Amino acid sequence: MPQTLAQKLVARAAGRAAVTPGEIVTCKVDLAMVHDSSGPRRLKPRLERLGAKVWDPSKVVVITDHYLPAYDDESRRIIQIARDWVKEAGVGAFYDAQGICHVVLPERGHLAPGMFAVGGDSHSPTGGAFAAYMFGVGATEMLGVMVTGEIWLKVPHTIAMDFDGRLGPGVSAKDIMLLLIGRFGMDGGGYQAVEYRGPAIRALSMQERMTLCNMTAELGGQTGLIASDSTTKEFLNRKIEMWDSDPDAPLLAHHKFDAGELAPQVAAPHSPANTRSVADFREKVDLAYIGACTGAKLEDLRMAASVLKGRKSKVKLLVAPASLRDQQAAKKEGTLGVLLDAGAELLASSCGMCAGYGENLLAEGTVAISTTARNFKGRMGSPSAQVYLASPYTVAASAVAGRIADPRELLA
Amino acid sequence: MKAWVFGDDIDTDVIVPGRYMKLGIEEIAKHCLESVLPHFAKEVRPGDAVIAGRNFGAGSSREQAPEALKHLGVSVLIAESFAGIFYRNAINLGLPAVACPQARRVRQDDDLEINLEDGKVHNRTTGETLDCEPIPEFLMTIIRDGGLLPHLEKKLAQAPSR
Repeated sequence: MPQTLAQKLVARAAGRAAVTPGEIVTCKVDLAMVHDSSGPRRLKPRLERLGAKVWDPSKVVVITDHYLPAYDDESRRIIQIARDWVKEAGVGAFYDAQGICHVVLPERGHLAPGMFAVGGDSHSPTGGAFAAYMFGVGATEMLGVMVTGEIWLKVPHTIAMDFDGRLGPGVSAKDIMLLLIGRFGMDGGGYQAVEYRGPAIRALSMQERMTLCNMTAELGGQTGLIASDSTTKEFLNRKIEMWDSDPDAPLLAHHKFDAGELAPQVAAPHSPANTRSVADFREKVDLAYIGACTGAKLEDLRMAASVLKGRKSKVKLLVAPASLRDQQAAKKEGTLGVLLDAGAELLASSCGMCAGYGENLLAEGTVAISTTARNFKGRMGSPSAQVYLASPYTVAASAVAGRIADPRELLA
Repeated sequence: MKAWVFGDDIDTDVIVPGRYMKLGIEEIAKHCLESVLPHFAKEVRPGDAVIAGRNFGAGSSREQAPEALKHLGVSVLIAESFAGIFYRNAINLGLPAVACPQARRVRQDDDLEINLEDGKVHNRTTGETLDCEPIPEFLMTIIRDGGLLPHLEKKLAQAPSR
Protein backbone atom coordinates (compact mmCIF):
# COMPACT_ATOMS: atom_id res chain seq x y z
CA MET A 1 0.00 0.00 0.00
CA PRO A 2 1.59 3.30 -1.05
CA GLN A 3 2.10 5.73 1.85
CA THR A 4 2.31 9.50 2.14
CA LEU A 5 5.32 11.20 3.73
CA ALA A 6 3.21 11.83 6.85
CA GLN A 7 2.21 8.16 7.10
CA LYS A 8 5.80 7.00 6.67
CA LEU A 9 7.08 9.33 9.39
CA VAL A 10 4.32 8.32 11.81
CA ALA A 11 4.76 4.62 11.02
CA ARG A 12 8.47 4.83 11.78
CA ALA A 13 7.81 6.54 15.13
CA ALA A 14 5.08 4.01 15.97
CA GLY A 15 7.36 1.09 15.14
CA ARG A 16 5.09 -0.08 12.34
CA ALA A 17 5.63 -0.98 8.70
CA ALA A 18 2.64 1.10 7.62
CA VAL A 19 -0.26 3.05 9.17
CA THR A 20 -3.76 3.95 7.99
CA PRO A 21 -5.21 7.47 8.24
CA GLY A 22 -7.70 7.67 11.10
CA GLU A 23 -6.20 4.99 13.32
CA ILE A 24 -4.85 5.91 16.76
CA VAL A 25 -1.20 5.08 17.31
CA THR A 26 1.40 5.73 20.02
CA CYS A 27 4.61 7.28 18.74
CA LYS A 28 8.06 7.43 20.28
CA VAL A 29 9.31 11.00 20.37
CA ASP A 30 12.79 11.70 18.97
CA LEU A 31 12.89 15.31 20.11
CA ALA A 32 10.87 17.56 22.41
CA MET A 33 11.40 21.31 22.20
CA VAL A 34 10.05 23.80 24.72
CA HIS A 35 10.43 27.53 25.29
CA ASP A 36 10.36 29.63 28.43
CA SER A 37 6.64 30.39 28.34
CA SER A 38 5.15 26.92 27.92
CA GLY A 39 8.18 24.93 29.10
CA PRO A 40 10.09 24.77 32.40
CA ARG A 41 7.82 27.11 34.34
CA ARG A 42 4.87 24.79 33.72
CA LEU A 43 6.76 21.47 33.58
CA LYS A 44 8.83 21.81 36.73
CA PRO A 45 6.03 21.90 39.35
CA ARG A 46 4.17 19.07 37.59
CA LEU A 47 7.21 16.81 37.31
CA GLU A 48 7.77 17.44 41.02
CA ARG A 49 4.16 16.56 41.81
CA LEU A 50 4.57 13.30 39.89
CA GLY A 51 8.00 12.65 41.39
CA ALA A 52 9.08 11.93 37.81
CA LYS A 53 12.15 12.72 35.77
CA VAL A 54 12.58 13.58 32.08
CA TRP A 55 12.56 10.32 30.12
CA ASP A 56 15.67 11.22 28.10
CA PRO A 57 17.28 14.64 28.64
CA SER A 58 19.40 14.17 25.49
CA LYS A 59 16.19 14.42 23.44
CA VAL A 60 15.05 17.70 24.98
CA VAL A 61 15.88 21.18 23.65
CA VAL A 62 15.05 24.30 25.67
CA ILE A 63 15.10 27.73 24.01
CA THR A 64 14.24 31.02 25.70
CA ASP A 65 12.48 33.44 23.34
CA HIS A 66 9.14 34.65 24.75
CA TYR A 67 9.94 36.69 27.87
CA LEU A 68 13.00 38.33 26.34
CA PRO A 69 14.26 40.87 26.87
CA ALA A 70 12.98 40.35 30.41
CA TYR A 71 11.41 43.63 31.47
CA ASP A 72 9.93 43.11 34.93
CA ASP A 73 10.19 40.82 37.93
CA GLU A 74 7.75 38.28 36.54
CA SER A 75 9.48 37.89 33.17
CA ARG A 76 12.89 37.71 34.87
CA ARG A 77 11.53 34.98 37.15
CA ILE A 78 10.15 32.98 34.21
CA ILE A 79 13.49 33.12 32.35
CA GLN A 80 15.37 32.17 35.52
CA ILE A 81 13.19 29.08 36.00
CA ALA A 82 14.27 27.91 32.52
CA ARG A 83 17.96 28.53 33.30
CA ASP A 84 17.74 26.60 36.58
CA TRP A 85 15.60 23.78 35.26
CA VAL A 86 17.91 22.74 32.40
CA LYS A 87 20.68 22.14 34.96
CA GLU A 88 18.39 20.28 37.30
CA ALA A 89 16.92 18.10 34.52
CA GLY A 90 20.28 17.48 32.85
CA VAL A 91 19.26 19.10 29.56
CA GLY A 92 22.39 20.03 27.62
CA ALA A 93 20.75 21.62 24.59
CA PHE A 94 19.83 25.02 26.02
CA TYR A 95 19.81 28.16 23.87
CA ASP A 96 19.34 31.24 25.99
CA ALA A 97 18.41 34.45 24.16
CA GLN A 98 19.71 33.15 20.83
CA GLY A 99 16.54 33.77 18.88
CA ILE A 100 13.11 32.28 18.24
CA CYS A 101 12.85 28.55 18.94
CA HIS A 102 11.53 27.50 15.50
CA VAL A 103 14.50 29.14 13.81
CA VAL A 104 17.17 28.27 16.38
CA LEU A 105 16.22 24.56 16.48
CA PRO A 106 17.18 23.73 12.87
CA GLU A 107 19.91 26.39 12.78
CA ARG A 108 21.73 24.44 15.51
CA GLY A 109 21.27 21.13 13.68
CA HIS A 110 18.64 19.49 15.89
CA LEU A 111 16.30 18.44 13.07
CA ALA A 112 16.82 15.83 10.39
CA PRO A 113 14.55 14.11 7.86
CA GLY A 114 12.70 11.11 9.30
CA MET A 115 12.41 12.43 12.85
CA PHE A 116 9.25 12.59 14.95
CA ALA A 117 9.25 15.68 17.14
CA VAL A 118 6.94 17.73 19.32
CA GLY A 119 7.22 21.38 20.32
CA GLY A 120 5.57 23.31 23.11
CA ASP A 121 4.39 25.96 20.68
CA SER A 122 1.78 26.03 17.93
CA HIS A 123 4.26 27.02 15.21
CA SER A 124 6.19 23.78 15.70
CA PRO A 125 5.13 22.47 12.24
CA THR A 126 8.07 24.62 11.06
CA GLY A 127 10.17 21.48 11.58
CA GLY A 128 8.22 19.80 8.78
CA ALA A 129 10.31 21.78 6.29
CA PHE A 130 13.04 19.24 7.11
CA ALA A 131 10.80 16.24 6.35
CA ALA A 132 10.43 15.67 10.10
CA TYR A 133 6.97 15.10 11.58
CA MET A 134 6.71 17.98 14.04
CA PHE A 135 3.69 19.50 15.70
CA GLY A 136 2.72 21.73 18.61
CA VAL A 137 1.30 20.61 21.94
CA GLY A 138 0.27 22.29 25.18
CA ALA A 139 2.17 22.13 28.45
CA THR A 140 0.31 19.21 30.04
CA GLU A 141 0.62 17.13 26.88
CA MET A 142 4.33 18.00 26.90
CA LEU A 143 4.50 16.82 30.49
CA GLY A 144 3.21 13.44 29.28
CA VAL A 145 5.96 13.35 26.65
CA MET A 146 8.62 14.33 29.19
CA VAL A 147 7.56 11.51 31.50
CA THR A 148 6.86 8.73 28.99
CA GLY A 149 8.76 9.70 25.81
CA GLU A 150 5.58 8.90 23.90
CA ILE A 151 2.48 10.59 22.51
CA TRP A 152 -0.75 9.39 20.93
CA LEU A 153 -1.68 10.46 17.45
CA LYS A 154 -4.56 9.99 15.09
CA VAL A 155 -2.79 9.13 11.84
CA PRO A 156 -3.49 12.10 9.58
CA HIS A 157 -4.74 12.19 6.06
CA THR A 158 -2.59 14.24 3.70
CA ILE A 159 -3.68 17.36 1.84
CA ALA A 160 -1.26 18.14 -0.99
CA MET A 161 -0.64 21.77 -1.99
CA ASP A 162 1.04 21.47 -5.35
CA PHE A 163 2.69 24.55 -6.86
CA ASP A 164 3.80 24.42 -10.47
CA GLY A 165 6.01 27.06 -12.12
CA ARG A 166 8.07 29.62 -10.20
CA LEU A 167 7.18 32.47 -7.85
CA GLY A 168 7.56 35.84 -9.54
CA PRO A 169 9.87 38.61 -8.27
CA GLY A 170 8.62 40.21 -5.05
CA VAL A 171 6.46 37.19 -4.25
CA SER A 172 7.39 34.79 -1.45
CA ALA A 173 6.42 31.82 0.72
CA LYS A 174 4.40 34.16 2.95
CA ASP A 175 2.21 35.06 -0.03
CA ILE A 176 1.62 31.35 -0.72
CA MET A 177 0.46 30.82 2.86
CA LEU A 178 -1.76 33.90 3.00
CA LEU A 179 -3.36 32.74 -0.25
CA LEU A 180 -3.97 29.22 1.10
CA ILE A 181 -5.31 30.41 4.46
CA GLY A 182 -7.59 32.87 2.66
CA ARG A 183 -8.77 30.19 0.24
CA PHE A 184 -9.28 27.30 2.66
CA GLY A 185 -9.83 29.08 5.98
CA MET A 186 -8.15 28.77 9.34
CA ASP A 187 -9.47 25.24 9.68
CA GLY A 188 -8.77 24.29 6.05
CA GLY A 189 -6.06 21.90 7.21
CA GLY A 190 -8.60 20.00 9.33
CA TYR A 191 -5.79 19.01 11.74
CA GLN A 192 -4.41 16.73 9.02
CA ALA A 193 -0.95 16.78 7.43
CA VAL A 194 -0.44 19.41 4.72
CA GLU A 195 2.27 18.55 2.21
CA TYR A 196 3.78 21.27 0.03
CA ARG A 197 5.14 19.99 -3.26
CA GLY A 198 5.77 20.83 -6.89
CA PRO A 199 8.56 22.65 -8.79
CA ALA A 200 7.88 26.04 -7.13
CA ILE A 201 8.30 24.50 -3.67
CA ARG A 202 11.44 22.59 -4.70
CA ALA A 203 12.92 25.91 -5.86
CA LEU A 204 12.49 27.49 -2.40
CA SER A 205 15.33 27.88 0.11
CA MET A 206 15.05 26.12 3.47
CA GLN A 207 14.06 29.31 5.31
CA GLU A 208 11.27 29.94 2.80
CA ARG A 209 10.12 26.33 3.23
CA MET A 210 10.12 26.94 7.00
CA THR A 211 7.74 29.87 6.46
CA LEU A 212 5.33 27.55 4.62
CA CYS A 213 5.38 24.83 7.25
CA ASN A 214 5.28 27.37 10.10
CA MET A 215 2.02 28.91 8.93
CA THR A 216 0.41 25.50 8.52
CA ALA A 217 -0.65 26.39 12.07
CA GLU A 218 -2.84 29.20 10.69
CA LEU A 219 -4.14 26.82 8.02
CA GLY A 220 -5.27 24.46 10.79
CA GLY A 221 -3.05 21.52 9.84
CA GLN A 222 -1.42 19.37 12.50
CA THR A 223 1.84 19.52 10.61
CA GLY A 224 3.18 20.90 7.33
CA LEU A 225 5.64 18.73 5.44
CA ILE A 226 8.10 19.03 2.58
CA ALA A 227 10.07 16.06 1.20
CA SER A 228 13.81 16.17 1.77
CA ASP A 229 16.10 16.91 -1.18
CA SER A 230 19.47 18.43 -2.04
CA THR A 231 18.38 21.82 -0.59
CA THR A 232 17.69 20.13 2.77
CA LYS A 233 21.07 18.38 2.63
CA GLU A 234 22.95 21.58 1.81
CA PHE A 235 21.33 23.49 4.68
CA LEU A 236 22.05 20.76 7.22
CA ASN A 237 25.51 20.23 5.72
CA ARG A 238 25.64 16.50 6.45
CA LYS A 239 24.44 13.17 5.16
CA ILE A 240 20.67 12.84 5.43
CA GLU A 241 17.97 10.29 4.67
CA MET A 242 15.63 11.11 1.80
CA TRP A 243 11.94 10.99 2.76
CA ASP A 244 9.09 11.57 0.33
CA SER A 245 5.52 10.43 -0.37
CA ASP A 246 5.00 7.47 -2.67
CA PRO A 247 3.79 8.90 -6.00
CA ASP A 248 0.42 7.12 -5.86
CA ALA A 249 -0.25 7.45 -2.13
CA PRO A 250 -3.92 8.36 -1.52
CA LEU A 251 -4.57 12.01 -0.63
CA LEU A 252 -7.51 13.62 1.13
CA ALA A 253 -7.24 16.46 -1.38
CA HIS A 254 -4.80 17.53 -4.06
CA HIS A 255 -4.89 21.27 -4.80
CA LYS A 256 -2.90 22.56 -7.78
CA PHE A 257 -1.69 26.11 -8.31
CA ASP A 258 0.46 28.03 -10.76
CA ALA A 259 3.04 29.87 -8.65
CA GLY A 260 3.77 32.29 -11.48
CA GLU A 261 0.24 33.71 -11.26
CA LEU A 262 0.49 34.52 -7.55
CA ALA A 263 0.42 38.22 -6.62
CA PRO A 264 1.55 39.55 -3.21
CA GLN A 265 -1.17 38.89 -0.64
CA VAL A 266 -2.33 40.89 2.37
CA ALA A 267 -4.50 39.67 5.27
CA ALA A 268 -6.71 42.38 6.77
CA PRO A 269 -7.65 42.57 10.48
CA HIS A 270 -8.40 40.39 12.44
CA SER A 271 -7.74 37.08 10.71
CA PRO A 272 -4.98 35.56 8.55
CA ALA A 273 -7.84 34.16 6.46
CA ASN A 274 -9.04 37.68 5.61
CA THR A 275 -6.76 37.73 2.57
CA ARG A 276 -6.84 39.52 -0.79
CA SER A 277 -4.29 40.60 -3.36
CA VAL A 278 -2.22 43.66 -2.47
CA ALA A 279 -3.91 45.63 -5.28
CA ASP A 280 -7.12 45.68 -3.20
CA PHE A 281 -5.48 47.68 -0.40
CA ARG A 282 -4.46 51.33 -0.08
CA GLU A 283 -4.77 51.78 3.69
CA LYS A 284 -2.39 54.18 5.42
CA VAL A 285 -0.17 52.57 8.05
CA ASP A 286 1.45 53.99 11.20
CA LEU A 287 3.93 51.24 11.77
CA ALA A 288 5.72 48.47 9.88
CA TYR A 289 7.02 45.40 11.73
CA ILE A 290 9.54 42.94 10.36
CA GLY A 291 9.78 40.25 12.98
CA ALA A 292 8.93 36.70 14.06
CA CYS A 293 9.92 33.16 13.09
CA THR A 294 7.74 33.45 10.01
CA GLY A 295 8.94 36.88 8.91
CA ALA A 296 12.45 37.91 10.06
CA LYS A 297 14.83 35.12 9.17
CA LEU A 298 17.92 36.03 7.13
CA GLU A 299 15.98 35.41 3.89
CA ASP A 300 13.15 37.63 5.09
CA LEU A 301 15.57 40.42 6.02
CA ARG A 302 17.09 40.15 2.55
CA MET A 303 13.66 40.51 0.93
CA ALA A 304 12.96 43.64 2.97
CA ALA A 305 16.41 45.04 2.18
CA SER A 306 15.95 44.50 -1.57
CA VAL A 307 13.00 46.90 -1.40
CA LEU A 308 14.44 49.33 1.16
CA LYS A 309 17.87 49.73 -0.46
CA GLY A 310 18.49 53.46 -0.92
CA ARG A 311 15.02 54.35 0.37
CA LYS A 312 13.61 55.68 3.63
CA SER A 313 10.70 54.43 5.65
CA LYS A 314 7.92 56.99 6.05
CA VAL A 315 6.61 55.30 9.18
CA LYS A 316 8.00 53.74 12.33
CA LEU A 317 9.86 50.64 11.11
CA LEU A 318 10.76 47.96 13.64
CA VAL A 319 13.03 45.02 12.81
CA ALA A 320 13.45 42.07 15.17
CA PRO A 321 15.67 39.46 13.46
CA ALA A 322 14.44 35.91 14.12
CA SER A 323 17.77 34.72 15.49
CA LEU A 324 21.02 36.23 16.67
CA ARG A 325 22.91 34.17 14.11
CA ASP A 326 20.72 35.51 11.30
CA GLN A 327 21.22 39.03 12.63
CA GLN A 328 24.99 38.57 12.60
CA ALA A 329 24.90 37.15 9.07
CA ALA A 330 22.70 40.07 7.97
CA LYS A 331 25.15 42.51 9.50
CA LYS A 332 28.16 40.90 7.84
CA GLU A 333 26.67 40.89 4.36
CA GLY A 334 25.29 44.43 4.60
CA THR A 335 21.59 43.54 4.73
CA LEU A 336 21.17 44.88 8.24
CA GLY A 337 22.90 48.13 7.26
CA VAL A 338 20.39 48.67 4.47
CA LEU A 339 17.51 48.26 6.92
CA LEU A 340 19.06 50.61 9.47
CA ASP A 341 19.83 53.19 6.77
CA ALA A 342 16.16 53.08 5.80
CA GLY A 343 15.34 54.17 9.36
CA ALA A 344 14.68 50.82 11.02
CA GLU A 345 14.86 50.49 14.77
CA LEU A 346 16.47 47.19 15.76
CA LEU A 347 14.73 45.08 18.40
CA ALA A 348 15.86 41.93 20.20
CA SER A 349 15.76 38.52 18.51
CA SER A 350 12.76 37.17 20.36
CA CYS A 351 9.02 36.57 19.87
CA GLY A 352 8.35 40.06 21.16
CA MET A 353 5.50 41.94 19.61
CA CYS A 354 4.28 39.03 17.49
CA ALA A 355 3.15 37.13 20.56
CA GLY A 356 2.02 40.23 22.46
CA TYR A 357 4.79 39.69 24.99
CA GLY A 358 7.24 42.28 26.20
CA GLU A 359 7.21 46.04 26.22
CA ASN A 360 6.70 46.83 22.55
CA LEU A 361 2.96 46.46 22.07
CA LEU A 362 0.69 48.25 19.63
CA ALA A 363 -1.05 51.28 21.09
CA GLU A 364 -4.79 51.90 20.73
CA GLY A 365 -5.91 52.47 17.18
CA THR A 366 -2.47 51.83 15.63
CA VAL A 367 -2.59 50.61 12.04
CA ALA A 368 0.32 48.23 11.46
CA ILE A 369 1.58 46.04 8.65
CA SER A 370 3.54 43.08 9.85
CA THR A 371 5.45 40.02 8.63
CA THR A 372 4.10 37.96 11.54
CA ALA A 373 1.70 35.01 11.42
CA ARG A 374 -1.40 36.19 13.27
CA ASN A 375 -3.43 39.36 13.35
CA PHE A 376 -5.96 38.21 15.91
CA LYS A 377 -7.75 40.96 17.78
CA GLY A 378 -5.62 42.16 20.69
CA ARG A 379 -2.75 39.75 20.01
CA MET A 380 -0.06 42.35 19.35
CA GLY A 381 -1.36 44.91 21.83
CA SER A 382 -4.56 46.92 22.07
CA PRO A 383 -7.72 45.21 20.74
CA SER A 384 -8.37 48.41 18.77
CA ALA A 385 -5.06 48.09 16.86
CA GLN A 386 -5.48 47.09 13.20
CA VAL A 387 -2.88 44.63 11.96
CA TYR A 388 -2.36 43.71 8.30
CA LEU A 389 -0.20 40.67 7.52
CA ALA A 390 2.08 40.55 4.49
CA SER A 391 5.45 39.37 3.21
CA PRO A 392 8.72 41.15 4.09
CA TYR A 393 8.70 42.61 0.53
CA THR A 394 5.21 44.06 0.97
CA VAL A 395 5.84 45.30 4.52
CA ALA A 396 9.01 47.08 3.32
CA ALA A 397 7.22 48.62 0.34
CA SER A 398 4.39 49.78 2.60
CA ALA A 399 6.90 51.36 5.00
CA VAL A 400 8.34 53.36 2.10
CA ALA A 401 4.91 54.43 0.81
CA GLY A 402 3.32 55.03 4.22
CA ARG A 403 0.41 52.99 2.98
CA ILE A 404 -0.08 49.39 1.87
CA ALA A 405 1.85 49.07 -1.38
CA ASP A 406 2.79 46.50 -4.00
CA PRO A 407 6.54 45.75 -3.68
CA ARG A 408 6.82 44.81 -7.36
CA GLU A 409 6.55 48.49 -8.31
CA LEU A 410 9.65 49.29 -6.24
CA LEU A 411 11.61 46.25 -7.38
CA ALA A 412 10.99 46.92 -11.05
CA MET B 1 -26.56 24.31 32.59
CA LYS B 2 -26.61 27.69 30.94
CA ALA B 3 -25.26 28.12 27.43
CA TRP B 4 -22.81 30.90 26.53
CA VAL B 5 -22.75 31.15 22.74
CA PHE B 6 -19.80 32.28 20.60
CA GLY B 7 -19.10 32.35 16.86
CA ASP B 8 -16.52 30.84 14.48
CA ASP B 9 -12.72 30.89 14.77
CA ILE B 10 -12.65 32.10 18.38
CA ASP B 11 -8.88 32.12 18.82
CA THR B 12 -6.69 31.61 21.86
CA ASP B 13 -5.68 35.30 21.90
CA VAL B 14 -9.35 36.17 22.27
CA ILE B 15 -9.84 33.50 24.94
CA VAL B 16 -6.73 34.56 26.90
CA PRO B 17 -4.64 37.45 25.48
CA GLY B 18 -0.84 36.96 25.40
CA ARG B 19 -0.15 40.05 27.48
CA TYR B 20 -1.60 38.30 30.55
CA MET B 21 0.30 35.03 30.10
CA LYS B 22 2.93 35.87 32.68
CA LEU B 23 0.24 35.96 35.37
CA GLY B 24 -1.33 33.12 37.33
CA ILE B 25 -4.54 31.49 36.11
CA GLU B 26 -6.73 33.43 38.62
CA GLU B 27 -5.67 36.72 37.01
CA ILE B 28 -5.68 35.39 33.42
CA ALA B 29 -9.21 34.02 33.86
CA LYS B 30 -10.54 37.51 34.70
CA HIS B 31 -9.75 38.53 31.10
CA CYS B 32 -11.17 35.39 29.48
CA LEU B 33 -12.98 36.27 26.21
CA GLU B 34 -13.12 39.95 27.27
CA SER B 35 -12.55 41.38 23.78
CA VAL B 36 -15.70 39.68 22.43
CA LEU B 37 -17.87 39.50 25.58
CA PRO B 38 -16.57 41.81 28.34
CA HIS B 39 -18.93 40.54 31.07
CA PHE B 40 -18.33 36.82 30.42
CA ALA B 41 -15.70 36.17 33.10
CA LYS B 42 -17.77 37.97 35.73
CA GLU B 43 -21.09 36.39 34.94
CA VAL B 44 -20.29 32.82 33.93
CA ARG B 45 -21.25 30.40 36.72
CA PRO B 46 -19.87 26.99 37.70
CA GLY B 47 -21.45 24.31 35.54
CA ASP B 48 -22.20 26.59 32.57
CA ALA B 49 -21.44 25.45 29.01
CA VAL B 50 -19.54 27.29 26.27
CA ILE B 51 -21.00 26.78 22.80
CA ALA B 52 -19.20 27.80 19.61
CA GLY B 53 -19.11 27.49 15.85
CA ARG B 54 -16.20 26.26 13.76
CA ASN B 55 -12.57 25.99 14.87
CA PHE B 56 -12.93 27.00 18.52
CA GLY B 57 -9.50 27.60 20.10
CA ALA B 58 -7.57 28.35 16.91
CA GLY B 59 -4.04 29.68 17.28
CA SER B 60 -1.61 29.27 20.12
CA SER B 61 -0.79 26.08 22.03
CA ARG B 62 -1.11 27.96 25.33
CA GLU B 63 -3.17 25.70 27.54
CA GLN B 64 -4.16 28.64 29.71
CA ALA B 65 -7.01 28.98 27.18
CA PRO B 66 -8.95 25.86 28.28
CA GLU B 67 -7.46 26.24 31.77
CA ALA B 68 -9.07 29.68 32.20
CA LEU B 69 -12.45 28.36 31.05
CA LYS B 70 -12.15 25.47 33.49
CA HIS B 71 -11.04 27.82 36.26
CA LEU B 72 -14.20 29.89 35.71
CA GLY B 73 -16.23 26.74 36.24
CA VAL B 74 -17.20 25.99 32.62
CA SER B 75 -18.14 22.29 32.67
CA VAL B 76 -18.19 21.47 28.97
CA LEU B 77 -17.26 22.96 25.59
CA ILE B 78 -19.54 22.18 22.66
CA ALA B 79 -18.50 23.41 19.22
CA GLU B 80 -19.10 22.60 15.59
CA SER B 81 -15.35 21.89 15.51
CA PHE B 82 -12.26 22.54 17.61
CA ALA B 83 -8.72 23.52 16.66
CA GLY B 84 -6.55 20.43 17.13
CA ILE B 85 -4.11 21.59 19.81
CA PHE B 86 -6.86 23.28 21.82
CA TYR B 87 -8.93 20.10 21.77
CA ARG B 88 -6.07 18.01 23.10
CA ASN B 89 -5.28 20.67 25.74
CA ALA B 90 -8.88 20.75 26.97
CA ILE B 91 -9.03 16.95 27.34
CA ASN B 92 -5.61 16.92 29.01
CA LEU B 93 -6.92 19.39 31.59
CA GLY B 94 -10.02 17.28 32.17
CA LEU B 95 -12.37 19.70 30.43
CA PRO B 96 -14.69 17.81 28.05
CA ALA B 97 -14.72 19.19 24.50
CA VAL B 98 -17.55 17.80 22.40
CA ALA B 99 -17.73 18.27 18.63
CA CYS B 100 -21.30 18.83 17.56
CA PRO B 101 -22.33 19.57 13.96
CA GLN B 102 -25.58 21.07 15.26
CA ALA B 103 -23.96 23.38 17.84
CA ARG B 104 -25.34 26.42 16.00
CA ARG B 105 -28.88 25.50 17.04
CA VAL B 106 -28.14 26.49 20.62
CA ARG B 107 -29.06 30.07 21.64
CA GLN B 108 -27.52 32.23 24.36
CA ASP B 109 -28.93 31.35 27.80
CA ASP B 110 -30.53 28.07 26.64
CA ASP B 111 -30.63 25.48 29.40
CA LEU B 112 -28.71 22.35 28.36
CA GLU B 113 -28.06 18.89 29.64
CA ILE B 114 -25.32 16.66 28.21
CA ASN B 115 -24.61 12.98 28.41
CA LEU B 116 -20.87 12.67 27.73
CA GLU B 117 -21.05 8.91 27.32
CA ASP B 118 -23.36 8.94 24.27
CA GLY B 119 -22.76 12.53 23.13
CA LYS B 120 -26.41 13.59 23.31
CA VAL B 121 -27.19 17.19 24.25
CA HIS B 122 -30.73 17.88 25.48
CA ASN B 123 -31.87 21.48 25.14
CA ARG B 124 -34.42 21.98 27.92
CA THR B 125 -35.34 25.41 26.61
CA THR B 126 -36.36 24.22 23.12
CA GLY B 127 -36.99 20.56 23.90
CA GLU B 128 -34.73 19.35 21.11
CA THR B 129 -31.94 16.83 21.32
CA LEU B 130 -28.65 17.36 19.46
CA ASP B 131 -26.48 14.46 18.33
CA CYS B 132 -22.84 15.18 19.04
CA GLU B 133 -19.74 13.10 18.50
CA PRO B 134 -18.95 11.22 21.71
CA ILE B 135 -15.41 11.70 23.03
CA PRO B 136 -13.38 8.54 22.21
CA GLU B 137 -13.15 6.11 25.12
CA PHE B 138 -9.36 6.37 25.57
CA LEU B 139 -9.78 10.14 26.05
CA MET B 140 -12.81 9.71 28.33
CA THR B 141 -10.47 7.74 30.63
CA ILE B 142 -8.29 10.86 30.95
CA ILE B 143 -11.35 13.06 31.59
CA ARG B 144 -12.71 10.67 34.24
CA ASP B 145 -9.34 10.82 36.00
CA GLY B 146 -9.59 14.63 35.99
CA GLY B 147 -6.99 15.26 33.28
CA LEU B 148 -3.64 13.92 32.09
CA LEU B 149 -1.72 14.93 35.24
CA PRO B 150 -3.87 12.92 37.68
CA HIS B 151 -4.10 10.20 35.00
CA LEU B 152 -0.30 9.95 34.89
CA GLU B 153 -0.18 10.10 38.69
CA LYS B 154 -2.48 7.07 38.83
CA LYS B 155 -0.48 5.19 36.19
CA LEU B 156 2.84 5.90 37.89
CA ALA B 157 1.40 4.71 41.23
CA GLN B 158 0.36 1.46 39.54
CA ALA B 159 3.85 0.98 38.07
CA PRO B 160 6.24 2.14 40.79
CA SER B 161 9.24 0.77 38.90
CA ARG B 162 9.25 3.66 36.40
